[in-house]
Amino acid sequence: MATIRLSLNSFYKSIHEPVFVPNWLKVGLTAIIWYLLYKNLAMIAKWLTYSLLGFTLGSHLGAAVEFFIFEVPKVLMLLVVVVYGVGVIRTFFTPERTRSLLAGKKESLGNVLAAMLGIVTPFCSCSAVPLFIGFIKSGVPVGVTFSFLIAAPMINEVAVVLLFGMFGLKVATIYVFTGLLIAILTGWVIGRLHMEKYIEDWVNEVETPLENNSNVSISWQERLQVGRDAVQEIVKKVWLYIVLGIAVGAGIHGYVPTGMMAGILGKNSWWSVPLAVLIGVPMYSNAAGIIPIAQALLEKGASLGSVLAFMMSVIGLSLPELIILRNVLKMPLILTFVGVLTGGIIIVGYLFNLIF
Amino acid sequence: MKIQVLGPGCPKCFALMNHVRIAVAALNLPTEIEKIEDIKEIMKFRVMSTPALVVDGQVKFSGRVASSAEIKEILSQYAS
Repeated sequence: MATIRLSLNSFYKSIHEPVFVPNWLKVGLTAIIWYLLYKNLAMIAKWLTYSLLGFTLGSHLGAAVEFFIFEVPKVLMLLVVVVYGVGVIRTFFTPERTRSLLAGKKESLGNVLAAMLGIVTPFCSCSAVPLFIGFIKSGVPVGVTFSFLIAAPMINEVAVVLLFGMFGLKVATIYVFTGLLIAILTGWVIGRLHMEKYIEDWVNEVETPLENNSNVSISWQERLQVGRDAVQEIVKKVWLYIVLGIAVGAGIHGYVPTGMMAGILGKNSWWSVPLAVLIGVPMYSNAAGIIPIAQALLEKGASLGSVLAFMMSVIGLSLPELIILRNVLKMPLILTFVGVLTGGIIIVGYLFNLIF
Repeated sequence: MKIQVLGPGCPKCFALMNHVRIAVAALNLPTEIEKIEDIKEIMKFRVMSTPALVVDGQVKFSGRVASSAEIKEILSQYAS
């Protein structure tokens, strides 16, 4: 008896002592559990809806409930993985490192590179001014800087995941590529217009922002922690919008007659794209907040081009960011920026209505 | 010792300010925390992203919200 107790004691002791689990193992195990759950979500949702909750198979309400129970965890799980991955990847890209990659690059190639770096470089629109000055002062051309400033907020992981989760791979891919295209072209056009003289004078007197080494040399453990923090921060901020968006989708699914919006934002009316952009530009929302609206618009018969244009104008152009940028840009340059970007979005919207 | 938090007033800047407050309180430091919101003043510290933490005029990090534990570690070097 005593020996059993002793061995039990040592057993308990061994499980209570913190066991060292290497990071790769933790990440790997989580990935396997995530994958199994994700693969079986459809089955679980079906079982929950019809067996556990007892909805009638084939009823409208049952289909709506199943849609909701399936979509909410699906989109949230995708969001967690992508935000985590992007969070970790971003620890390798600091604004300073992006700047040195862009400094001295010619336009055209520089615009392309800047737009792509805009996706992976950590960026918060409140940093727009220091970043702008840092880029300009170290010789990044104005147009190239704008390509970065347009791509960074517009193509973000939340927007892409939500588009993928709710509208499918095609829409998500289209959004990323047209977003890049708009950032590249808008930046290039602004560069061609040679508007350097419309940068505020005080920028000339500012000393060039320095490299900041404290952000670069971090361990893998810290990188993974950054990923976890990103997940926590972003999921907390957007989960409610996702649930709302899916609820809208589930509610409308099969109930509201399509075609309500078709007259206003449909394919056949020439004014639908400019109207969508005109409504979208002054609106300010994060990608998550706009998805329920986009979902509702699409379901009611608005065209894909109008909805994409609407989303891009809300996410890519915001009044607060323009007010912040007004610190370094004189009015003509601000207006050119808004004008060229709006024009680009409208063209893309029309293109879509033509193709799809 | 002088602690300054640089940031024009976005949610991340407020988060960093809170973490700094927690760290200062935990270390029981008799110091004031100054929040710098004016963009021209911020640029004098030659940072390229906000929020940033400055201790005695020296930029400790920029462009991220460090945990209060990390800030505690940074500040404890100044405490002694």
